[in-house]
Amino acid sequence: MSIIRYEQTQGKSLGFYALIAGLGAFILAALGGVYFMEHNGHHVTGMNNHIVWGLPHVFALFLIVAASGALNIASIASVFNKKIYKPLSRLSGLVALALLAGGLMVLVLDLGRPDRLIVAMTEYNFGSIFAWNIILYNGFFLIVGIYLWMMFERRMNKYSRKVGIAAFIWRLILTTGTGSIFGFLVARQAYDAVIMAPMFIVMSFAFGLAFFVLVLMASYKWTERPLGDAIVNRLSNLLGVFVAAVLYFVAVYHLGNLYLAENSGVENFILMDGGIYTQLFWYGQIILGSLIPLVLIYSPSTKGNRSMLGLASVLVILGGIAQLYVIIVGGQAYPMELFPGKEILEGYGAIALYTPTLAELMLGLGGIAVALIAIIFLVKVLPFLPESLADNVADPHHKS
Amino acid sequence: MDSKINRRDFIKATTATTASVAALGAGITLTTYVNANENPVTNEKRWGMLVDTNRLTESDIDGMVTACQKENGWGNETHSTGDQKASWIKKIKVKDTATQRISNLALMCQHCEEPPCVDVCPTNASMKREDGIVLVDKHRCIGCRYCMMACPYDARSFVHEELTNQKEHMPRGKGTVEACTLCVHRVDKGEQPACVEAVDSDAVIFGDLLDVTSNIHQTLKRVQSTQIRADLNLNTGVRYSGI
Repeated sequence: MSIIRYEQTQGKSLGFYALIAGLGAFILAALGGVYFMEHNGHHVTGMNNHIVWGLPHVFALFLIVAASGALNIASIASVFNKKIYKPLSRLSGLVALALLAGGLMVLVLDLGRPDRLIVAMTEYNFGSIFAWNIILYNGFFLIVGIYLWMMFERRMNKYSRKVGIAAFIWRLILTTGTGSIFGFLVARQAYDAVIMAPMFIVMSFAFGLAFFVLVLMASYKWTERPLGDAIVNRLSNLLGVFVAAVLYFVAVYHLGNLYLAENSGVENFILMDGGIYTQLFWYGQIILGSLIPLVLIYSPSTKGNRSMLGLASVLVILGGIAQLYVIIVGGQAYPMELFPGKEILEGYGAIALYTPTLAELMLGLGGIAVALIAIIFLVKVLPFLPESLADNVADPHHKS
Repeated sequence: MDSKINRRDFIKATTATTASVAALGAGITLTTYVNANENPVTNEKRWGMLVDTNRLTESDIDGMVTACQKENGWGNETHSTGDQKASWIKKIKVKDTATQRISNLALMCQHCEEPPCVDVCPTNASMKREDGIVLVDKHRCIGCRYCMMACPYDARSFVHEELTNQKEHMPRGKGTVEACTLCVHRVDKGEQPACVEAVDSDAVIFGDLLDVTSNIHQTLKRVQSTQIRADLNLNTGVRYSGI
């Protein structure tokens, strides 16, 4: 393996500016949506007193979960000492920070009073898992920022492993915290399960890696830099393992819930007769987001094909958004058990309705656009990307 | 005219002003404390309510809802859809799946001793007073709506639109969360909550759960009562009998 040389992207082509303009348009649309929602109040959204978290939260949590997962590549390199991933570490840190920034933007702009963000930063209720998340997110920026510095600065390289371990532990806690936002809601049948936390961690592995693979392949293709099969195939295998692991956790979660009679109602709702939620679960999350990607990744006819890996990654992302939609919106749509053993005839207990609006969708997509634009700008400004990831450069076991 | 101020005069004037402001300030502070001491909120009281569903008629419940709306000024939102409108108190009709017995009750914030909304609120906007009344500080609420996710009683509402003509004693704000306050502004003046007053009979009684001489304490001692979702161990201030 030869020495890795990092270099900024040129960012002067027509394609570059077209990409920036396109993403900028999405961000403008998101800001327009936010202005519309905040000016009028949330009555212009599909959200209501029963579906209090809608599409923006789906995107926000997807991005936050994916952010911690995108850091995995760097962790594998520095914590588990897998040399082949080392050249990808800088990009891994960058994608992680960019996704988190996008996710937090969506989360904050969907608040009823985003102008009071300063209150959230200065008034902490340490008993609240939400307040802990605010600390965890801020800490993530700090630690990953330091981690990147250690990687960029040659004199600091020797500390990068230690900081990498700290970042790895921090991201595990962070995703545990994100999962616990739901896991600690005792009153809601769909949540209140400790398994939510580890499930979110495994989800983060898959979503973050899918996003990373797309960013990596696109940036090397568009900058015409060599990207060898050694790295791509490994990432592809890893994605397959993570997607399968998510399936396992989803299965355990639902089987565990089915075993408890008190939760059979909500399980029937999600798995059998929940309309859009059932469809999103089976067609979106399971078939499109898990099974087809697994086939694309492992089937001999598509294995090693980069377009197919790209497609698999896109499907994993779409499936992940579907999964979070089912968890967040589906979990709220099903009514809480107010009177066990009794049937509520009037006043409460119907399946809550939610139709997302364009403004909410634009805000969510704007979060993804912010993450992408941050990545595109920063790889132009700082040397995040190795100038070559050809097999003879990147693969420690390469035989030429 | 000599418009120049020499240094000595300036210091004199400044000192005098500072001293008088300080004195006035201290005076105001003292007065405030005296007022607070007249009627302190302590945990020696625990406000609660008992709803007797055997005696509470459906029209009683409608009256409670109307009284609450009138007292606190909610329910006339113009843009919000049905599920977006505020709902501080609502009528619930339940049927026992085994016996088919039907009960009607009014459901509002249950003023838990261990309120999940207070646990999850990131900014301490959701809070419990020493006397057990659970409130939202509308100036601190950032509108994250996590409390609404956590509340087991569907008791909280989010203000989905700009509001006008609000009640002076009950400020509400677009983008913040709100719920039954147990009419804290009335309770602090020694009055009963509006919904309790609206019911003619003894079907709803309000009082200090800890005061052994109070009607509510005595009644709870005598009759069998229950808390909604008692399994969650939240120790609610609002109790029900007959369900």
